[in-house]
Parts: sequence; C-alpha cells; structure tokens
Amino acid sequence: MSTSQFHRLGSPDRSRVRITIDGHAHECLVGDTLLTAMLTAVRHLRISECDGKPRAGFCLMGVCQDCWVTLAGGQRLRACTTEVKQGMAIDTTAKFDHGI
Amino acid sequence: MASERIVIIGAGPAGVRAAQILVAAGIHPIILDEAPMCGGQIYRQQPPVLQRDYSELYGFEAPKAKRLHDTFESLRGSVDYRSDCLVWNLEQKNLHILHAGNSETISVDRLILATGAMDRILPFTGWTLPGVFTLGGAQIAFKSQACAIGRRTVFLGSSPLLPYIAYQYAKAGAEVVAVLDTTARAAKIRALPGLLSGGMTFIKGLYFMAWLRTHNIKYEYGVTPGEALGDQNVEGLRYTDQRGNQQMLECDAIAFGYGLRSEMQLADLAGCDFRFDPVSCNWCLALDGHGRTSVRDIYAAGDGATILGADAAELSGARAAHALLGDLNLGSQDTALGRLNQELDRMNIFRSALERAFAYPHHLAKAIPDSCIVCRCEGVTAGEIRSAVHELGADDINRAKAFCRVGMGRCQGRVCGPATEGIMAAVLNRDQATLGRFRTQAPVKPVPMACVWEKPPEDIVL
Ligand code: FES
Repeated sequence: MSTSQFHRLGSPDRSRVRITIDGHAHECLVGDTLLTAMLTAVRHLRISECDGKPRAGFCLMGVCQDCWVTLAGGQRLRACTTEVKQGMAIDTTAKFDHGI
Repeated sequence: MASERIVIIGAGPAGVRAAQILVAAGIHPIILDEAPMCGGQIYRQQPPVLQRDYSELYGFEAPKAKRLHDTFESLRGSVDYRSDCLVWNLEQKNLHILHAGNSETISVDRLILATGAMDRILPFTGWTLPGVFTLGGAQIAFKSQACAIGRRTVFLGSSPLLPYIAYQYAKAGAEVVAVLDTTARAAKIRALPGLLSGGMTFIKGLYFMAWLRTHNIKYEYGVTPGEALGDQNVEGLRYTDQRGNQQMLECDAIAFGYGLRSEMQLADLAGCDFRFDPVSCNWCLALDGHGRTSVRDIYAAGDGATILGADAAELSGARAAHALLGDLNLGSQDTALGRLNQELDRMNIFRSALERAFAYPHHLAKAIPDSCIVCRCEGVTAGEIRSAVHELGADDINRAKAFCRVGMGRCQGRVCGPATEGIMAAVLNRDQATLGRFRTQAPVKPVPMACVWEKPPEDIVL
C-alpha cells in the first residue's frame, strides 16, 4: 500500500519546499497547496472531532471546510486554498473545536 | 449614474463576460474573486510555476479557456480586480470582505452575483474516508496541481464530467480503474434526440466515451454505489451492477458526484427569492428573463444562479450586464438581450437532454443506510435525520437542523443539503421542494474571529 494519497503526474521541474507533518520531514514543491503538499506525503490531513477518524478534505475548492489543519503554533489554515510555505509544521493530531 | 459603484462577485465565465460588457459601456466595476486568478472552477488556472500548456489542461475547451483568460487580461486596466477576496457577509448594500487577513466593508449600488457552483453529492457508506473526493475536486487536483487523487481511481456518479475527467486522468497517465455511471443506458438512449442538438459538445462527449473504450477502461451504466471499503483510507469500492449483482473493485481513490449545485449563500443573505427546479432537482435563484433577482439592483448569472454549464454562464453573464446597463438608462439593450436569450433557449434544449442522460439519482437518498454519515462537518447520520422527522416531528429542513445539527457545521449544509432534503422527502412522502433550503448565516464561510471585528477589543486575546 502506498503511503501517500495523491500521485504526481509527470516529472515536475520545480523547486522544493520543506515542511514537517507530525514531526516528520517531508519535501514538497513550490506551487503546491498545503493540501497537495500533505497528501503527496501522507494519507490524511486531520482527525475528525466527530468520529475520531482521519479526513483528507473533499471538495478541494474551499467549500466543504473539511480540510482545516492546525500548525504546531496553533494557527488554523484551510489546506486546499493555502499555498504551502517553507518550514510549515503541521500537527494532524491536534484537537479541533468549532472555532477557527 | 456612471459614478455608481458596481460590483461583480466571481471571475468565472459569467463574471468575466459581465465585466466585459460593463467596461465596453464605460463602467469600471469592482470584481471580487475568491480565487487567486480568474477563470472560476471550469477555467481555473494553474499556479504560474506549473508550465503545462492550455491543451493539456483544458483539452477541447482550451480555446474557450484562453479566450476567457485573454478577455480578462484585456480588462485589467479598466476594472478593480481583487483576487483572494472572500465576501463573507452582505447586509443591505454593504459587502463585508476579507482579503489577506484584513476585513473591509464596501457599499455598493448594484451587484452582479456570479458565485459559481460546487459538486452535488449523495453520501454512501465510507464516503468520509481519505481518498474519496468530489469529481470537481479530482479535476482541480489535476488542473491546478498536476496530481491525481490516487494511484488507482474509480470515477462514480452521474455527470457530464464523469467521462471527461476519467479521460483527462487516463490521458495524463493516471490509472483509471473504472467509470461507474448511475444512469441506466436506456435513459441515455432516450435522451439522444435532445443531445443531438448539442452539436460539437455532444460529439466531444462521444469522443471521451470512445476513447475510454479503446483504452480498455471499464465504463458501466446503471450502477448503485454500495460502500467505500477501508479503515483508515480507501481500499476498494463495493457496488451493485445494472443486473443487480454485487461487485467489488480495488482502488485507493474514488471521485464522485451527481452534477452541480449553485453557491447561493450571498443571494440568500440579500433576501433573493429562490425556486425549486424539478428537472434538475435543484434550488435556483428566481430571475426575471434578464438576470434580475427579486431584490432591486441585484443581478445574477452563471451556475451560481441556475446550473446550465460554462457556455451558458458566459451568455447569462453578458445578459445580466446588459440588464444592468438598461436599468442605468444607458441606451436600449433590447437587441442584445433578445439575442442572448435566443442563444440561451437553444442551449436549454441540450441542457434538459443532459439532465436526462446524466440523471440525478434522487432515489438513492432513500436508500442511504441509517448508520451512514450525511453531514460530514457534524457527523450526523441518516438515521439521526430520520429520527428527527419520526420522533421529533421535523417537517422542514431547518427544523431538522435545529433538532439534530445536520447542516449546522462549517460548510453550512452545502454538502449535505440535497441528501437531507431527499432523505426527509422519502420519510415524509413529500415533494423535495416542500422541505425548504438550509438558511444561510454570515459569515458564509469560516473567517478568523479577529477579522470580524474591524478593531478587535483590546482586552480580548485572540
Ligand atoms: S477540501 Fe473542501 S474546503 Fe478544502
């Protein structure tokens, strides 16, 4: 079984961006959304506060709000509409209450 | 008059064409766009660092996409374009907008809503698993991120996009396990006469199907979704084929959807009237014949008003702008409006045939198992919605929301609305149209609390 959800098509010639997901280092590419950056490395974005199950977004167009992730500093971002930045540290295990 | 402040919300096909007509008449509108670049979802642009050419991204639609983007470029000096800009509230004639973390209120004299659409879905067991995405989402991954949503993808649902996206994926080298269409082949054949009126659009559709066939990609009709299998992520899909046999496919991603539904939250906050269209089984904005909503000085166009597709969106965008010019007494717009409506009528014949060839499977709502999550924000199951009806007496969708929290989450029922309506209609044995729509609340999308207060109270730590 593959360890990432998304699969890049073609061989992109873009500079790398480094992020960490739950403390593990990953490399992604300039031009990635945070969602793409994460799902080309792992298979989920967060744990749902409702059923405790992993979620990985759904609509990819900023509508369903299923892809809000938490950075290590507590900041919350909608992963599908946020551009990935060097050094982002994401905590997929963070508890997510109803505020943003 | 010409000093009126005119705002267009959305820069997809409808918004861009509306802007073009206004600019030609000497008006300089403000365009508020949630996306970073114009194009909407259908002609969405890739980040500039991805340098794929138009034909790779848009296929047969490449010339249309290029024309729309070029038109917009040519307008840039004459419009106040604000990208990455969320309109999160509309009160009377004040728009509350959020851009780069800053909130601002602008007052408008006239407004054209071109807010677009999202996928319409009906849940099946396992649809919240990582690996299940909307059809539109699968296309965005491809178009704007050069990714496939998985290594082995199943495309499921009922939408003209179904064969098209499957084709785009396969052509780009992604593995397409199967395309599962919930509409029966007989219904497609019955829709043929109307489909023929689509001319090239219809022929392109046939081309995608033929391409999939010659590349040995399984295309099944009349299927019923069963369950996305897997514990932590998608490992397979169970479904029932046209003959009623249980089938299983191994896959790590599922893209699904049943056509589109309009993004109408701002129109709702403005107090515009809606109507239920029984053919598409969708709520639409009630418009006069020229794109005026029921609220004075508010116009609407494109899929955000009625789902008619991208070509019609360009026409209805132009139509709304002409209606607005007429209302400003800037000369008679009758000829232009007559011509646009003629073209739109012609497209309507094709559109209603498409609605039959890719029918909305409303019967599936009744069959959603009690244990299946319907509202993915709040984790509300179909069983909980049914008990809200049976035990608590919910007889419209907003009562059900109050009783069991369905539609109360961060997406405000955009995803679960159609399913909730369908489930309740089946339980109550009533027409879906009688159950109402989820009411919109501001902010229409989550915004950071710090932005809602234009000046946050100093003693509150955010
Ligand atoms: S995936 Fe739907 S809002 Fe991001």
